Amino acid sequence: MIVEIGHFALVLALTVALIQSALPFWGARARDERLMDVGQPAAVAQLALVAGAFLALAHAYVVSDFSVENVYLNSHSAKPLLYRISGVWGNHEGSMLLWVLILALFGAAVAVFGTNLPRALKANVLAVQGAIAVAFLLFIVLTSNPFQRLAPAPAEGLGLNPILQDPALAFHPPFLYAGYVGFSIAFAFAVAALIEGRVDAAWARWVRPWTLAAWMMLTLGIAMGSWWAYYELGWGGWWFWDPVENASFMPWLAGTALLHSAVVMEKRDALKVWTVLLAILTFSLSLMGAFLVRSGVLSSVHAFAVDPARGVFILGILVVFIGGALALFAARMGELRQGGLFAPISREGSLVVNNLLLTTACATVLVGTLYPLGLEALTGDKISVGPPYFNMTFGPLMLPLLVALPFGPLLAWKRGDLAAAAQRLWLAAAVALVATVAVYAIAYRGPWLAPLGIALGVWVMAGSLVELASRIKLGQASLPDAWRRLKGMPRAGHGTTMAHFGVGMMVVGIVATSAYQSERILVMNPGDRAGIAGFTLTFKGAAPQRGPNYREEVGLFEVERGGRAVTSLVPSKRLYDAPRQTTTEAGIHASWRGDLYAVLGDEQVNAAGGYAVRLYFNPLVRMIWIGALVMFLGGLLSVTDRRLRIGAPRRTRVRPSPVPAE
Amino acid sequence: MTLHSCRAAVRLLVLPFMLLVSATVLAVQPDEVLSDPVLEARARELSAELRCVVCQNQSIDDSNAPLARDLRLLLRERLVAGDSDEAVKRFLVERYGTFVLLKPPFDGRTVLLWLTPLLVLGGAAVLVIRQLGRARALPRDASRELTRDEEERLRRLLAQDDGQPSPARESSTDP
Repeated sequence: MIVEIGHFALVLALTVALIQSALPFWGARARDERLMDVGQPAAVAQLALVAGAFLALAHAYVVSDFSVENVYLNSHSAKPLLYRISGVWGNHEGSMLLWVLILALFGAAVAVFGTNLPRALKANVLAVQGAIAVAFLLFIVLTSNPFQRLAPAPAEGLGLNPILQDPALAFHPPFLYAGYVGFSIAFAFAVAALIEGRVDAAWARWVRPWTLAAWMMLTLGIAMGSWWAYYELGWGGWWFWDPVENASFMPWLAGTALLHSAVVMEKRDALKVWTVLLAILTFSLSLMGAFLVRSGVLSSVHAFAVDPARGVFILGILVVFIGGALALFAARMGELRQGGLFAPISREGSLVVNNLLLTTACATVLVGTLYPLGLEALTGDKISVGPPYFNMTFGPLMLPLLVALPFGPLLAWKRGDLAAAAQRLWLAAAVALVATVAVYAIAYRGPWLAPLGIALGVWVMAGSLVELASRIKLGQASLPDAWRRLKGMPRAGHGTTMAHFGVGMMVVGIVATSAYQSERILVMNPGDRAGIAGFTLTFKGAAPQRGPNYREEVGLFEVERGGRAVTSLVPSKRLYDAPRQTTTEAGIHASWRGDLYAVLGDEQVNAAGGYAVRLYFNPLVRMIWIGALVMFLGGLLSVTDRRLRIGAPRRTRVRPSPVPAE
Repeated sequence: MTLHSCRAAVRLLVLPFMLLVSATVLAVQPDEVLSDPVLEARARELSAELRCVVCQNQSIDDSNAPLARDLRLLLRERLVAGDSDEAVKRFLVERYGTFVLLKPPFDGRTVLLWLTPLLVLGGAAVLVIRQLGRARALPRDASRELTRDEEERLRRLLAQDDGQPSPARESSTDP
């Protein structure tokens, strides 16, 4: 019964979405306020209905109602509760439902929190949101119904893919989707502005917090996926330039560019046309990711390739929304008045450089991902574009970006002084130089360029602190005065510093672990000792164990360093009951120097109780994810600042009193 | 050669948009490792650039598929026999086609692929520079520009010496 109610709510949500997409839009055209105001209750009602449908499906999962085909295919009664819940989005149908749930959540948030939006703009934004919801709800109802019943109902489910039964992966999709779908708000704002033919700085101020929120979620979502890959896959890798990874990385790159160009638009009324285009492109890349992954076009052997109808449907959505938005953009582009002139050396100029490089990087990832498909379609030739290509092209594009990064925030708007900025950055340069020398001294092996790479990360970290120091006039003014300025600074300022610092941390982690990873592959018999990166590991043997829904073989390694016991590692190999698949759980010991990482391999036939073993030491690898987390927190600081400002209506105030710290 | 041994098969059931790689483990087995560390390092570097042709975007260094193991053993044989890295790659390309190379060679078919970063960056830079130049050359709308300049000066006076303009000015454009 609950399942049927869920299904009904979903169809009802589709109807409401139709209303939401049509009436407010019509109202904005006809200047009818009553019609425009329909958007708000419609968006809230849609959230309630989609949430009802989602909860109904979740309920079926929690109580293991195997009369629902989706639950039968993807769940099992022996699964822990957490994975019964995450199983809801661990499959195509359920993940689409999560997608529209997040879409409805964002739509309702605009309806409820966007109290100071102009009526017509809000109506159009909600209408565009509604139209996207119509497309995806139709897609679910017609091709991917999660509420399909089975008769007779099976007694037991097939189970969730074991590699999804992991805490990081359980929460990876919701964050990722919040990122993708969050960009739909920027898209809706862009289309609404184009419909009205008016884009101004206020528009950018409304768009920024939504873009920032989406970007934060996407950052965290990608980082979680990468973290999972690191500890689950068993060879210490954390990024593979896989097409599916690229599909999430492209919107992130475009979204990062959008975040920066929107700043220029908000503060200086410049880069309007570009910002609007970028808002459209960012969401288009999110949609394209959906198409690439779900249509099976990436490969014949790929996720959800089962049903080509779905691929064609998503392609249709893609064509309508991207094509429609771009056509609208082309038609209205000329009407967008460009304002805010600036010199090449200025804050605006530096943000243009940021956008140039991020966009090029995004285009490179896009072409690299699609090139083999295109070439095969056109000529029949099969080529591979793999990690070596992306490392060779992406790296050099990030290099100038990272070198230039600390300069940006130190340049003034309109016309900046590069020499003065460079002067202020001497300390950062000195710290980076010290880091280079130190790395050369400590790590005598490894690529000769690696210390410079680490120095680059240190440069970005130190540069962001220098910028903070110069903002609060540390060293120039008295300490209490600097402290007062620090406290008076808007949160967005701290957010920028923090996010940039996170970028630097990430660079250090990436370079250190790529250049200085040590690895040992060997057979160890019980009692054998092996050394790596100053640690000595003694293999104590392996024993079988029983988990809630798997059996595992657990190896035990005692770890010593300098004759003292440090820890013990317990890597394991699991065999899940349903479906019968194996996973590996690496044994990881984290220290400030880096991770000691042990993987248990196959039992050796000849040796007495011997196992193939892989040992790694990954220096500073955690900086990658800590850096991503710091970036997320920077975004969080910034977005809370925005919300405060957005929340207070300022229509009547022409000029605010200057903030003392600025 | 079964697909089940590489991560592609596992993905069939896996969520979209995720970092999808299965839990295969120990691609390079201990018995494959060459005793000469220099040769072994070359082998590892080479195998990271060669695709496991039955897998989904996975190098033979990472893959657990039997074919990948065969290729790893084969390339080590060639290296021990004294082949150069290039010779080993040529040998494999003759057998499996360019598909086996994760770094596609620069040729007529891939010219666009390799030049994409340069073309996009160059093209965009030219656009930006032209736009900046045009903005300067544009005959200005005198009254509007004057007001803007005045506003700008006013904001500069209001903001303190680091030149940060206060952002709330645009609020006046609200309807």
